[in-house]
Amino acid sequence: MFLNAANSGQFFYLVPFVVIFPIIGLLINIIFGGRMGEKAIGAIACLASGLSFGVAVLLGLALIGRPEGVLVPYLDWITAGNLQLAWGFRVDTLSVTMMLVVGGVGTLIHIYAVGYMHIDVRLNNDPNRFRRFFVFFNLFIAAMMILVSADNYMMLFIGWEGVGLCSYLLIGFWYEKGKDGIGNALAGKKAFITNRIGDLGFLIAAFLMFKYLQPLSANGVFSFNFDTVATLAKQAPHGVILAITLFLLLGVTGKSAQLPLYVWLPDAMAGPTPVSALIHAATMVTAGVYLIARSHAIYSLVPVAQNWVAFVGGATALFAATIAVAQFDIKKVLAYSTISQLGYMVAAVGMGAFTAGMFHLVMHAFFKALLFLGAGSIIQGVERGEHTVEHDPVLKKRMKHEAHFDPQDMRNMGGLRNRMKTTFWVYLIAALALSGLVPLAGFWSKDEILAEASTLNPAVYWLLVLGAFFTAFYMGRQILMVFFGKARTEPAAHATESPAVMTVPLVILAVLSFVGGFINFPTFHAFTTWLEHTIQTVGEGVAAGEAAAGFNFTVSIISTVLVLAALSLSWYVYMQRTKELEKLPLNKRADDPLRPALGPVFTLLENKYWVDELYGYIVVKPYQWLSTFLAEKVDWDFWHDFFHDKILAAGFKGFTRLLSGPIDLGFIDGIANFLGDGFKELAAQMRKIQSGFVRNYALSIFIGVIFIIGYLIIRLG
Amino acid sequence: MLPINYYLGLAIILFIIGSLGVLIRRNAIVIFMSIELMLNAANLAFVAYARYWQAMRGQIFVFFIMTVAAAEVAIGLALIVTIFRTKDSIDVDQINTLKG
Repeated sequence: MFLNAANSGQFFYLVPFVVIFPIIGLLINIIFGGRMGEKAIGAIACLASGLSFGVAVLLGLALIGRPEGVLVPYLDWITAGNLQLAWGFRVDTLSVTMMLVVGGVGTLIHIYAVGYMHIDVRLNNDPNRFRRFFVFFNLFIAAMMILVSADNYMMLFIGWEGVGLCSYLLIGFWYEKGKDGIGNALAGKKAFITNRIGDLGFLIAAFLMFKYLQPLSANGVFSFNFDTVATLAKQAPHGVILAITLFLLLGVTGKSAQLPLYVWLPDAMAGPTPVSALIHAATMVTAGVYLIARSHAIYSLVPVAQNWVAFVGGATALFAATIAVAQFDIKKVLAYSTISQLGYMVAAVGMGAFTAGMFHLVMHAFFKALLFLGAGSIIQGVERGEHTVEHDPVLKKRMKHEAHFDPQDMRNMGGLRNRMKTTFWVYLIAALALSGLVPLAGFWSKDEILAEASTLNPAVYWLLVLGAFFTAFYMGRQILMVFFGKARTEPAAHATESPAVMTVPLVILAVLSFVGGFINFPTFHAFTTWLEHTIQTVGEGVAAGEAAAGFNFTVSIISTVLVLAALSLSWYVYMQRTKELEKLPLNKRADDPLRPALGPVFTLLENKYWVDELYGYIVVKPYQWLSTFLAEKVDWDFWHDFFHDKILAAGFKGFTRLLSGPIDLGFIDGIANFLGDGFKELAAQMRKIQSGFVRNYALSIFIGVIFIIGYLIIRLG
Repeated sequence: MLPINYYLGLAIILFIIGSLGVLIRRNAIVIFMSIELMLNAANLAFVAYARYWQAMRGQIFVFFIMTVAAAEVAIGLALIVTIFRTKDSIDVDQINTLKG
């Protein structure tokens, strides 16, 4: 009966619940969270995320019976003239794949975060912030689900912005902490602003699409109906499609942390580790890859843009991998690793190997989330060790007192293999999966990308292969520095394993990292067939033949050899050379055996090629100068002090003084006074007639008589 | 009878002298005398025309004028005596307290 329901397509109409469940979860936590305990808040949040995943599973089952997908309209949003945007849910294989990843990995991370945040809010002395974390976490799941299930570019953008917002909120979660008390807030700000530059690209592309590629019917390219895109593209002005694809690429470089807008991701490690795992490894940063996969039809029309995308991806992959080699913070290594792996995905979808890119996206979600969660477990283990040391006077004396003990610095770790066994084994599996060792998940996905690249774009292939070498090297370095050797500090020597609520999700993810690759085993290619219902891979000819033919042995052998070589090189450097270095006295001992070997190159890599400083010099400082200039010189000095105070205020006062003084008092009062004085003068003059002088009166009478008689004589005579 | 112009001319001359006396002299009694002179000049003109036009009206009107003159003099002299009692002078130039 269940299968019948699945086959009849009833489950499709459950799709709004992938968004609604997390929203209900966050509303319950906001409204009632103050009265619930931590366990209840965590349970509600995990349940919301889990139910969302459950719905995604049901959708997947329904799609098996109807793989071409379904459009589920939900509500009308904007109707204005030609523009008719509705919120609809697109249930097809691509979006359901993303939903499964977001829901599944997201739920596991939610469970882990319950344990992690329980300890973290106590370490940071604010237990009341537990609820806020899970509200934001559920908001993120909701926004990401909106993004992947949207049926048109504008709803996708809503989700895009939503995840950007949650990223900002969660990076700056401990907003009063960090370097100088605002470090975390600055990191969040940097992420948001860099993302915004990408969003500008996305919006311009969306506007161009709406203007040039929208047929009169509502369901056009804007709504992911690409059937007519080729004919529409021919009618559009020259270069419009190229512009659209390149602006979308700008959006992708912002959200998926590619060159040149990747700089926010390492700083985003200021957020709690589950945030790094969920948002900056498994889901948000993959939104860009999803976007290009979704826009595959547009990209297929412009090989120039495809080349650009592939090169951006390949260059980023190599660039970030080299930086990761020289980083000491455990999370920064993983951050640069994420940027590098995203470069692989972007290169794959850029070349036209959309299914290979999506495959790597899913695999990467598994092992990168595992790596981050494992790193969180390690960090908290070391912090527990530090706590033990602080409270034991004997040990405290033995610990060398630095200004601030950094539990995330790999130089303070070592020998954790025996102290944190579960974490060690899962981390090892994840690291080997990332390096691409057969038969773990990363091997299959990365090799598929390399195989496609070797035929489609050889230059990018070499970039990616070189990146794979460095990937294996830095992961080997990390494993050896953290888990092997002797504990380098007291807290590391007293580290303890994390509780089950954290280790069980780690184990689940480890199993997925181990067996996950088999969903796209060559010659069966189940995943590729699944996705091809939505995306045709760079279809007709080369890659189709490639995918069907199966396995490129040469590429796989080259990559496996390189990986093993890199791992052995890392073993040599970090085990043998470290032993040799330890014979030197403390003040001559370098903190990393590579430093004396590579010298200035190591410093270059450790300082991330000084890109942040370069951006600061070229972009940030002039902008701050401009804003200070505008604020102080133009606004305050010129506008307020000069224009307002001197010209306007003084002018107005002068004008009113003019009006009140000379005009009102002088002129108008003058007229009034003049009239009054005039009359007084007149009266004074007329008063003189009343001289009291009798003879004058007699004379006046006499003259009057003469006039009257004269009148009478003249008139009547 | 002489031509009437002679009588009229005499009347006019008397009137003019009388007016000038009213206007120029300062002594109140002299002014009153001048006023009497003017009145008598008018009397002369009336009688002259009465004779000329053989009408009795002119002569009867002379009686009216004489009566008025007498009454006026009586009152006027009474006023002058009163003024003399207050100001000790009958110079009309000094009666200027109504000066405004």
